[in-house]
Amino acid sequence: MTPAVRPRQPPRPWLLGSIAVLIYGFLNAPIAVLVIMSFNDSAILSLPFRGVTLDWYWTTFGDTAIQASLLNSLKVAAAATLGATTLGLLAAFAVYRYSFFGKTSFRIALNLPILLPGIVTGVAMLAYFSQLGLGLSLGTVMVGHVIFGLPVAFGPILARLSQFPRSLEEAAYDLGARPGQVYRGVIFPYIRSAVIAGALLAFTLSFDEVVVTLFLTGRENTLPMEIWSRLRTDITPEIAAVATLVLAASTLLVLMSQWIAHTDEVV
Amino acid sequence: MNTETMSVARMRRRPGLQLGLYGTLLPPLVWMTLLYFVPIALLLIYSFWRLESFEIVQTFSLDNFKTIASNAAYRRVLVRTVAIALGVTVIDAAIALPLGYFITRHGGRYRQLLTLLVILPLWSSYLVRVFAWKIILGYNGVINTVLLSLGILTTPSQAFLYNSFAVTLTFVHVWLPFMILPVITAFEQLPTSLLEASADLNARPWTTFRRIILPLVMPGVLAGSINVFALTMGDFITPSLVGGASDIMLGNVIASQFGVSYNWPLGAAFALVVMAIVFSGLAIVLRRGALETL
Amino acid sequence: MKESLSQNSAIYLDAVTKVYPTAKGDFYAVREVSLDVQPGEFYSLLGSSGSGKTTTLRLIGGFEIPEYGEVYIGGEVVTESRPFQRNVHTVFQDYALFPHLTVAENVAYPLTVAGVNRSDIAPRLQEALKLVQIPDLGDRRPSQLSGGQRQRVALARALINRPQVLLLDEPLSALDAQIREAVRQELRQLQRQTGITFVYVTHDQEEALALSDRIAVMHSGRVEQVGPPSEIYENPASLFVAQFIGQANFLTGAVVAAAGAATPTVTVAVNGRLIQAIALNHDVPVVGATATLMIRPERISLSASPADNQVGGKIVDVTYIGQRVESLIDTPVGLMKVVQLCRSPAIGESVTLGWQRDRCILLPGFADPTLSPK
Repeated sequence: MTPAVRPRQPPRPWLLGSIAVLIYGFLNAPIAVLVIMSFNDSAILSLPFRGVTLDWYWTTFGDTAIQASLLNSLKVAAAATLGATTLGLLAAFAVYRYSFFGKTSFRIALNLPILLPGIVTGVAMLAYFSQLGLGLSLGTVMVGHVIFGLPVAFGPILARLSQFPRSLEEAAYDLGARPGQVYRGVIFPYIRSAVIAGALLAFTLSFDEVVVTLFLTGRENTLPMEIWSRLRTDITPEIAAVATLVLAASTLLVLMSQWIAHTDEVV
Repeated sequence: MNTETMSVARMRRRPGLQLGLYGTLLPPLVWMTLLYFVPIALLLIYSFWRLESFEIVQTFSLDNFKTIASNAAYRRVLVRTVAIALGVTVIDAAIALPLGYFITRHGGRYRQLLTLLVILPLWSSYLVRVFAWKIILGYNGVINTVLLSLGILTTPSQAFLYNSFAVTLTFVHVWLPFMILPVITAFEQLPTSLLEASADLNARPWTTFRRIILPLVMPGVLAGSINVFALTMGDFITPSLVGGASDIMLGNVIASQFGVSYNWPLGAAFALVVMAIVFSGLAIVLRRGALETL
Repeated sequence: MKESLSQNSAIYLDAVTKVYPTAKGDFYAVREVSLDVQPGEFYSLLGSSGSGKTTTLRLIGGFEIPEYGEVYIGGEVVTESRPFQRNVHTVFQDYALFPHLTVAENVAYPLTVAGVNRSDIAPRLQEALKLVQIPDLGDRRPSQLSGGQRQRVALARALINRPQVLLLDEPLSALDAQIREAVRQELRQLQRQTGITFVYVTHDQEEALALSDRIAVMHSGRVEQVGPPSEIYENPASLFVAQFIGQANFLTGAVVAAAGAATPTVTVAVNGRLIQAIALNHDVPVVGATATLMIRPERISLSASPADNQVGGKIVDVTYIGQRVESLIDTPVGLMKVVQLCRSPAIGESVTLGWQRDRCILLPGFADPTLSPK
């Protein structure tokens, strides 16, 4: 046998690849720094690194203020996700199915809360609620989060709906299905992954939202509000531990949703 | 056919009342109108009121806008905010283009993972991400530690933090995913055959990029740009964490007018200025036909 | 007359009109179309895209509601009823199989949504799958099927609860050319076997001629002619039908004589030559009127035997197409196409073309010059 001839390799994009590695480093280095700092055996959130400890995680688990704010954040995000996804789904249906006067303007107007900076939404709603004499609370925060969550859910749902072959729906009606059966049995399975994606995005955005919340919140803090108040006063590695836990939880959540989307595609 | 059946047959059927349309359109429309469009309109009205001895005077005046135009400090903040927002947008676009090209053309079966790695930073707290740059750039920070141990510096430098460099760098980092994602989408919609056709017609890679790729992914770049531009225009977290005293932006001014300074009409006027600037950016983007990718 | 038609027909369309408002005003997709489809018939709607054939099918299926006119199915007015209220099913052009359901779940769908018991579904499902010869594919997903198999699933699904009428929207257009003919035969057999009325939309004239009991040729939203395939081919009612179906030679000239009562013979001067024809579908034209004559290429003989019409010519082109030979011949009345079996003449040869007057159909108006043989 002749000495093994190496198959010819396609040229590799070395330059582009190196640039990509640098960009990924830039994107993820701060996250890595945070995770490392959460294990730092030091009283302040700063170098030098004085050794590995899990103390800051134990502190976090025992921190009632963090727990209370986490619960508030979950409440707000859950309510905002439910509201935003429901309204986004309805709006996407209206745009997909019907033609009506001002449809394009309606689409653009729905997207305004994410096109305009959050501070505009925040101060506008603050002024509005104050004009109405409405006190600020977690409820007003939820309302604010539904406002910017709506376009976030609306986008992917409409994108998926517009790929939905109309003939599938007509076939279902043709074969004797009622509107309710058509929606549950044919349309919803088709757009399910987009609804989940939209809901998840609305949830993550709400869970991490700072600016709108800052203007609309009452006495009760959400988790970002709690972090914000601490970042300006006592900065310990506990904050890094909280951020690491949030990162781990959301990674888990997103991987789960990816898995759901994946099983969806197999179907 | 006699005339009577004729006239019956000629009656035109009209589509019935579209219950489905109202059922789906009205809830989001009413919600958005009552809780968003009306507040925005109210903000508009606020900007024409004015504050006199801690009382809001509800009469029309242009005082707030005159204040903004005549105050040199405010004008500097305005110019700096727009300059930083434009700079961050351009830098992010310049980073996103090669990365988007790399992921879609050379990502292969790792494409989804590579895209996921772009979004990963978004899953940790935004505030903490901004703060991470303080750890990296600070006096006892990562960069100073590295430079000291390499012997490049003998004493830690304070040049990295609390200036507009730190503000720009942090913005570039925190908003980068919002630019990369639409750019990736645009690259994914670009048929390989077009690139092959361009090469087949003897265009060199750079020419193909400039003449074929760039124009076709432009809608994605524009959609990302309006995201990044708007996010930067309204932010006040980053300047207050990593910026110096002279690095405040329009967001800080608005936040302080609605907070400690308690001059809501002036704050509303500033918010209106921000809206006007973002809208003009949006108008440019819409004219280039990037609505579909938004 | 109308009452009896609407009562006895499987489908009866009474002057239906479908209008779409556009920026430039109303667009009439279907204009005053009246059709009656008899029970058990294989009925085709034939036309090019934009002729209104698919819209007509959608009006029967209930996906569109006509602005004017009525739709009767089995003698009942269904004009404004929803698709799920009509006992007609459709085989869609893209088959519209539900991607998230298995083949069995797709086929059983009409029974499932009607609330039929699980135990009653199974035997009917097997029967339906057997009918279309895919008894073992029940567990597959649509994405795992070939084009031909998908088409069978769509058929089984539409047939499982025995509709009065089956509507088929270009069901063969998504298939490869090789299997299209085989599936065509099976469709015809399936229709005979089940006895269900088929309404079949196609743009393929060969398909329509091969399958149908009757064909309605549509053009610009109107019905041009309704009849059995042989009548449509041999005796087109209009210039459009003559040009749309099959190949034909068209000669245009002025009427110089018209005589006879039962089968009126008309003489037309074409480039100075007198050609005899019969006017079957039309009133006898007045002398001096312009008329077009249609002669199918296979109705012209090149032998010197006597015929009603004869012209000399020189062969300019010969195309060999397997079983037959097409010749293009330069004659005093223009270029003529002739189709023959077996004999292959040589280019440059002088020949005499002959055809009988009853094979020469008179049509009013001018022929479209782009449709003459080249």
